[in-house]
Amino acid sequence: MPDEVIDCRGQRCPLPVIAAARRMPEVPVGTVVRVLADDPAAAVDIPAWCRMRGQEFLGAINGPEGPAYNIRRTH
Amino acid sequence: MSAPPVYLDAATAAPMHPVARQALLAALDDGWADPGKLYTQARRARQLLDAAREATASTLGVRADEVSFTPSGTTAAHGAVLGGLAGRRRVGTTLVHSAIEHSAVLHAAERHVGAGGTASVVPVDRLGRLDLTAWSSAVRAPGVALAALITASHEVGTVQPVAEAAAACADVGVPLYVDAAQSVGRVPLPAGWSVLTASAHKWGGPPGVGVLAVRKGARWESPWPADERESGRTPGVVNLPAVVAAAASLRAAAADAATEAARLAALVNRIRERVAAEVPDVEVVGDPVLRLPHLVTFSCLYVDGEALLHALDRRGFAVSSGSSCTSSTLRPSHVLEAMGVLSHGNVRVSLHRETTEADVERFLTELPGIVAGLRAEAGVVGL
Repeated sequence: MPDEVIDCRGQRCPLPVIAAARRMPEVPVGTVVRVLADDPAAAVDIPAWCRMRGQEFLGAINGPEGPAYNIRRTH
Repeated sequence: MSAPPVYLDAATAAPMHPVARQALLAALDDGWADPGKLYTQARRARQLLDAAREATASTLGVRADEVSFTPSGTTAAHGAVLGGLAGRRRVGTTLVHSAIEHSAVLHAAERHVGAGGTASVVPVDRLGRLDLTAWSSAVRAPGVALAALITASHEVGTVQPVAEAAAACADVGVPLYVDAAQSVGRVPLPAGWSVLTASAHKWGGPPGVGVLAVRKGARWESPWPADERESGRTPGVVNLPAVVAAAASLRAAAADAATEAARLAALVNRIRERVAAEVPDVEVVGDPVLRLPHLVTFSCLYVDGEALLHALDRRGFAVSSGSSCTSSTLRPSHVLEAMGVLSHGNVRVSLHRETTEADVERFLTELPGIVAGLRAEAGVVGL
């Protein structure tokens, strides 16, 4: 389970990526943040952002709240 | 202060070659009759069409009777896919294709699947290069009628291992269709294909002319209602003046191709290096070495692709984008998606024979400030 959830549903890319980028530095290292984002570009851009920023992309899930992406702050 | 326009979207449509313009104007006077008729005017039109076909075939390295002119590159791609499948329907109903084909090929594949066929999609790596192991096992599966591979990505420029992919097809007797739209008139063509398509406005010909080449002995059957023109491969009378212009400009482009490729490749390398060095948080995508000479793609983190296109346009730069906000479907480019690279803030720059070093320098000088301005507006600086 994630430690916290950012709800970006209804937002177009790059907004969900920007929301994740704003929040990650504020949470303790090791925290798992889940981004809810229904823009199809998030499926590409959130893993790409994790790779570019060296954060850990834990995977995408499709739950009752729609597509969601789990990220762990690693540094 | 308005800057002079710099057109950097040749991969969509190259500016018309001066030879194409001359040939088009001449053929408007001489080539309006139906080449299928028997009177004097028609014979003149037939001579023009035959000469255009001979010239095109010679550039492609095929026989003239293997070449048909279609009303567009898209029509040619549709015909290549559906005709290749129809010709081998007794063998099976599976189409193998890469994940990064042009949408014209993907739409034909969708039609095939909608009619009860199957499609087997082969992935690419982070650089946009075909997974050859997956390709080889996909074409080996039972019931494969046709395999389709783009010669080089129209979105990121990565050249595909067509010779190896063709060898895998040949091993199991599966015909290979190559979409060569970005290669014809610019780089040498790979060998080993059965069907090839191209599009005249990519090499400096007029819009509205496609080329469909079907090798002798290839199992290809027209998917369209019967029509005797163009060897029965595409219905309707050809736009002869445009075909004449397309053939003339192809010959001219092919004659200069090696020189132009070297010149443009150096400019593309400069763009790749300078963008990566001078624009923060940018991902330059595609294979750095095995790539088309005229095309380069990058994505700017936190930047809206549509806003970037408009900002560049206001400064006189015409470029293309694979970002979702710039597409009518609001989906990101399937090519960037297949590669797993950043899709927002995406820009594709593609050069042509009129592109100068000064054009590229001005683009490189202005781009960092334009991206920085958009990031400042969006409040994402320092993220």
